Amino acid sequence: MTAVFEKTASPAARLVDVRKTHGAGRSSVTALDGISLTVDVGEFICVVGASGCGKSTLLSLVAGLDQPTSGVIDVAGRRVAMMFQEPALFPWLTAARNTELPLRARQTPRETRRRRAQELLNTVGLGEFADKRPHQLSGGMRQRVALARALAQEADMLVMDEPFGALDAITRDLLHEELERIWRERRLTILFVTHNVREAVRLGDRVILLSNRPGRVAAEFPVAIERPRQAHPRESAELAAEIIDRLHRVSSDG
Amino acid sequence: MASTVVVPSLSPSRRRFAPSPRHRQVIAKLVRVLGAKLLAIAIVLIVWQSVYLSGWKSSSVLPSPAVVFASLWRQMHEPVLWHAIETTMGRAVLGFGVAVLLGTGIGLLVSANRLIGSGFGPIIAAVQAMPAIAWFPFAIIFFGLNTAAIVFVIVIGAAPSVATGVTSGINHIPPLLVRASQTMGLRGIALYRHLVLPAALPMVVSGLKQGWAFAWRSLMAGELLVIVANTPSIGVLLNNAQNLSDMPSAMAIMIVILTAGMVIDALLSQVDKAIRRRWGLTSQEEAV
Repeated sequence: MTAVFEKTASPAARLVDVRKTHGAGRSSVTALDGISLTVDVGEFICVVGASGCGKSTLLSLVAGLDQPTSGVIDVAGRRVAMMFQEPALFPWLTAARNTELPLRARQTPRETRRRRAQELLNTVGLGEFADKRPHQLSGGMRQRVALARALAQEADMLVMDEPFGALDAITRDLLHEELERIWRERRLTILFVTHNVREAVRLGDRVILLSNRPGRVAAEFPVAIERPRQAHPRESAELAAEIIDRLHRVSSDG
Repeated sequence: MASTVVVPSLSPSRRRFAPSPRHRQVIAKLVRVLGAKLLAIAIVLIVWQSVYLSGWKSSSVLPSPAVVFASLWRQMHEPVLWHAIETTMGRAVLGFGVAVLLGTGIGLLVSANRLIGSGFGPIIAAVQAMPAIAWFPFAIIFFGLNTAAIVFVIVIGAAPSVATGVTSGINHIPPLLVRASQTMGLRGIALYRHLVLPAALPMVVSGLKQGWAFAWRSLMAGELLVIVANTPSIGVLLNNAQNLSDMPSAMAIMIVILTAGMVIDALLSQVDKAIRRRWGLTSQEEAV
């Protein structure tokens, strides 16, 4: 669709023939094998695949937490923030102090830090919960704080590892809308991993289907459904059905 | 004027007559906790009194509770007991303080480097398993009969527990929090300050509690073995009582030792509880 013409000269991230093997010798496991992928600036990409296809490994590599065994990962010096399936908040800090952590790591002055944290909590709809500790918040709220904390990293790119996988359907729907809004407002580039095909179709500009271990790009689906996508349930369901069908065939091939 | 005095004095009494369910719960809990403790003390005293009354031992060897508490009351009005408490608590604070610093340093070092950890971990465990009193011949030959010998044994007794608390606290940090810190750019000292130390704190406090128990035991053993001239201490008073065969005095001093140990332990327990509540490790309160 139109996305083809919007492509800028330099992509947000470029992966060329990326291979990742865990361990060494006979017990080694190849998690990813020959992944090539280009993510455009401002693009929302969803990666789906059965569990154990190396989705999380892919994100760790893009976030720079891990190095590929071979191949190239180029994010052109962009800052990459990561969100996990668990909120991974520090239990002894309030929502505001958790949000401030990335700013502390960069030695931002206290006043700026406090103000930014409050702004970000307002952005994720938790302005009134700044002084609550994680154990006083619901699962969805914790994940919102984690999102605020990721945004505090002032990253150009957000990689998300099944961030809403542990939430109930209603909370997840709400967070989809929020994430879509924040993505649009901040012109973020998002790489979003999920095993939920409907979620991928709901959010992504493109859906990348990974095959089972070792993970390879099995198929790629552009999502040409207009946003807001809640207004087009039929098209979404049709595309989701097509991807699920393909996912089953890929999985049964081994 | 009179009416303003009456109103505040009325409200608590009204509350007493019609307690809210919450108040009633708190009172019931207080009675249960305090009541259980008082009951336990009462049982001990009754058993003690009955043994005394049975005439199994002469009253100079096993005095009655009343005589012992009278002796305690008398000693509490003499400055020598307070000097002794001052000396002993001074040693405790010094020894435990050094043990905390040293134990924390060793704990950090051992957990920072896997090679050091695998080498020194078993040594720390061995030192912890060794009864502190066995160090006294070494300490007395090395330092002489003085305070340094006592403080040394306190440190040797308490530091391994503190170090173990620090290392196990650090080893139990959830890997996910470490990964999250990495993506946020927390490194080096900032990583220790914002993640490692606070995350390890609950277990560090457990280590401190255990360390204190060892320090207190070592201190009492040390004061009985190492009598420093012209310095009254709890151990010296206990020793004097033994030399004079003054059982009421000896038992009164034992009550002082028991109380001091309990007070410090209760303080550390309060800190432990406060941290657990703050870290969300206790019951789920007011989840939104």
